[in-house]
Amino acid sequence: MTATSFDAEILKKDFPLLERTIRGGKKLVYLDSGATSQKPRIVLDAERNFYEEHNAAAHRGAHQLAEEATEAFEGAREVMAEFIGAQSREVVFTKSATESLNLIAYSLSATESPIQWRAGDEVLLTEMEHHANLIPWQEMAKRTGATLRFIPVTDDGLLDLTDINTLINEKTRILSFTHASNVLGTVNPVRHLADLAHAVGAIVVLDACQSVPHESVDVVALGIDLMAFSGHKMLGPTGVGVLWGRYEILESMPPFLTGGSMIEVVTLESATYSLPPKRFEAGVPNMAQAVGLAAAIRYLQNVGMDAIAQHESDLVSSAITQLEAIPGVKILGPAGPRGGALSFLVDGIHPHDVGQVLDDDGIAVRVGHHCAWPLMRRYGVAATTRATFYLYNTHEDVASLVSGVKRAQQFFGTAS
Amino acid sequence: MNLEKMYQEIILDHYKHPQHKSLAPLVSGAVEVHHINPTCGDEVTLRATVSDGLVTSVSWDGLGCSISQASTSVMAGLTQGATVEHALSLTAQFLLLMQGKGVSTEADEVLEDGIAFAGVAQYPARVKCALLGWMALKDAITRQPGEINE
Repeated sequence: MTATSFDAEILKKDFPLLERTIRGGKKLVYLDSGATSQKPRIVLDAERNFYEEHNAAAHRGAHQLAEEATEAFEGAREVMAEFIGAQSREVVFTKSATESLNLIAYSLSATESPIQWRAGDEVLLTEMEHHANLIPWQEMAKRTGATLRFIPVTDDGLLDLTDINTLINEKTRILSFTHASNVLGTVNPVRHLADLAHAVGAIVVLDACQSVPHESVDVVALGIDLMAFSGHKMLGPTGVGVLWGRYEILESMPPFLTGGSMIEVVTLESATYSLPPKRFEAGVPNMAQAVGLAAAIRYLQNVGMDAIAQHESDLVSSAITQLEAIPGVKILGPAGPRGGALSFLVDGIHPHDVGQVLDDDGIAVRVGHHCAWPLMRRYGVAATTRATFYLYNTHEDVASLVSGVKRAQQFFGTAS
Repeated sequence: MNLEKMYQEIILDHYKHPQHKSLAPLVSGAVEVHHINPTCGDEVTLRATVSDGLVTSVSWDGLGCSISQASTSVMAGLTQGATVEHALSLTAQFLLLMQGKGVSTEADEVLEDGIAFAGVAQYPARVKCALLGWMALKDAITRQPGEINE
């Protein structure tokens, strides 16, 4: 890549936490952004500024602060909408991507669901889903009697579309799948699958947790109906996630959480509900978090999503090349093109032990099943070691990872 | 070095040469339990037979990291042939060790190789690994024979 316009070393300085040391003075090498990203100072400042200058309950009261808080929150919605190519009224702020997916699964199976569930109906997922895009559907299946079906994965970590024309059939009511795997790095063919599902009248839901933070995403171009992602994985604060939906779909969906803010008229016996997005935002909203997330988006836009995607792709390719050159190291997932999640196995050393040696060097990676236990079973492993990259990672970080893995092999006596 | 303090030679030895890591036949009177560490997916299947207040047999199989495998190996060696009371007391001592309460004189006398795990207490994320086999044992010897848990 050309390092002229994009310099991760310089960007890194915007992130206070990345300056700290780990385990007795070691430089921190943070390779766990797939779990949660670090935050640039301007995001922290935006949150602090909201509390110091504008804090009041949005959408309530007629005083000046309430107006400012409302404006800040609705302004954040506009920033988010523009970022993903949506209309503002299609963006719902939830507390997390997990809540967004639960909202979708609950609402689409509630009594007033736009889907009239019939015996034999099916919900189609994939074998590579995160638990957050699996368990809400298991619960939904209990309520509706629907059968869950799964698009299998190949040994190379791609979706196996051999039987896709039978898996997607006239009984399929919902197709929900991940844009990019948090374990394998696989990027799925969203438009193709969405078109097949729409041809049988199914609703298409996308888990975009591992894509929106890392590349330019346009909801219209993807051709989907509903999408969920989290704020904290894209430089934003914790406690804010997004549900995006095509307006006609959102309008047809009953609420999930109910209470203040989301109503039109309330009597002791019953209530009528606001139009989206407010219908899905019960209670005083997460204003400071939404404002922080908007600041994160502006930061990402300043750097440029395409530049970020290119930088991460360079890092992952380099990491794959160097790790594969170590005898005894096996990469899971496709060779490419792929996203930024890089899972690997080291012969004879359990991922926990790999992670412990890396941690001793100040390198933070994720070890375990990555909340995708069924996928682990599919590959016959209990766990993997996973490195994930973001805009603030450097080629030096990749080099640290590679030498850390070699050190683990030496420590456990498996180096060949 | 932190790493060496945690991965004592004794631990690595048990990891490479685990004791009683082969499930004995499920004879009448034996109890089998299956424990999982939900944060990492590590698992252990343990079979124990209790007769007249004695733990007459402990055998296990499992998948997991060096800490969980070595700890289960040490546990099986220490509790084989012990009274139920002693095995539960050892479990309690090991739990205290993992809670970072320090090595008491009593623990030092009875836990033998188990003392090597003292360093693990400094890594909260790994404490559950060290406890996996011990909790399986406690579960097994306090159940009625014939009960099989999943």
